[in-house]
Amino acid sequence: MSSTLTTQRHLFTAFLRIGLLGFGGGPSMIPLVHAEAVMRHQWMSDDEFSDVLAIGNTLPGPIATKMAGTIGYRVGGVMGCINAVVAVIVPCIVAMMVLLGLFTRYRDQHWIQGMSEGVIPVVMVMMGQLTWDFFQKSRSVLGWVATLVMGAVAGGLIYGLDIHPGLVIGAVLAAALLRPEKRRKRRAEVRS
Amino acid sequence: MIYLDLFLAFFIPNIIGYGGGPAIIPLIENEVVGRYGWLTSQQFAEALALGNTLPSPIATKMAGYIGHEVAGVGGALVATLATVAPSLILMLVALGTLYRYRDSIKVKSMSQWVRPVIMVLMGYLTWSFLDEGVSNAGWMHTAIVGVVACVMLVWLRLHPVWAVVAGLVYGGLLLG
Repeated sequence: MSSTLTTQRHLFTAFLRIGLLGFGGGPSMIPLVHAEAVMRHQWMSDDEFSDVLAIGNTLPGPIATKMAGTIGYRVGGVMGCINAVVAVIVPCIVAMMVLLGLFTRYRDQHWIQGMSEGVIPVVMVMMGQLTWDFFQKSRSVLGWVATLVMGAVAGGLIYGLDIHPGLVIGAVLAAALLRPEKRRKRRAEVRS
Repeated sequence: MIYLDLFLAFFIPNIIGYGGGPAIIPLIENEVVGRYGWLTSQQFAEALALGNTLPSPIATKMAGYIGHEVAGVGGALVATLATVAPSLILMLVALGTLYRYRDSIKVKSMSQWVRPVIMVLMGYLTWSFLDEGVSNAGWMHTAIVGVVACVMLVWLRLHPVWAVVAGLVYGGLLLG
């Protein structure tokens, strides 16, 4: 019993550290998760870690919570899963509420008003950076013609025809799933 | 039913948002600002700015904060659960199946083909922040802060926290 409690405590402190040190969002936390789960606590091997990461990347949603939940579940069952996810996200959610709560309370102060105006162009640049990032990633796989054509069509549907982005992405996902697998097997058979 | 709305507003972006946390941001903006009108574009930008200065995933911080704004602690729980639970449960339940298909061209195409769509949503959000900045602070202040932030983030590769602090200080001193 005490060993399971120790395990849960280790899970909590490990993912608390990951959450508090993970500046830069989910993807920047992957090396931290590796350092705790593989190097420090030896909860899994290097190979198992890269499998969990690869599978996590095939699913939508934030990567850090999927990693935390899966590792927590393997190490400490359902309790471990909840424990690890809570440790990784809750402290920073609370910090965010406190910070923004203070900000909102003093909103009628002139200089607070100025601060909230001054931060908008910074967010604009961060968003622009992400846009460029996604363009680069997409271009390296699909080429820039396909990227721009797909982007233009999606933009036309969403902003021109006012179609919900969820429907557009859903259609793209369905198209990807309906795509035929390449028939490498047959060629191999012919050659043999 | 506010909890159901909150659940859907965070469940949909997270179940279609291939590309990790940042990919979900424009989809959440679309629900929270565009569809339900829980936050103004200005409030959303503030949350995003402060969220980027804190560690841990951005998607869960946005969910917790917005959920709390809309419906208190219960709202924060519902929105966070809608963000974390679906893809995590899918991962735990279907680990074996997913492992077999992880190199499938179909599975790879899913995340690759979604990227251009997310790119457009992000580009549009960038544009709307520009619009917001110009109508609040005027084009000159927006240009100054934008260029400084650009130099800090893109050229000097500083951590976002410094760019956000610079924007806050500039605004507090010159725009108040």
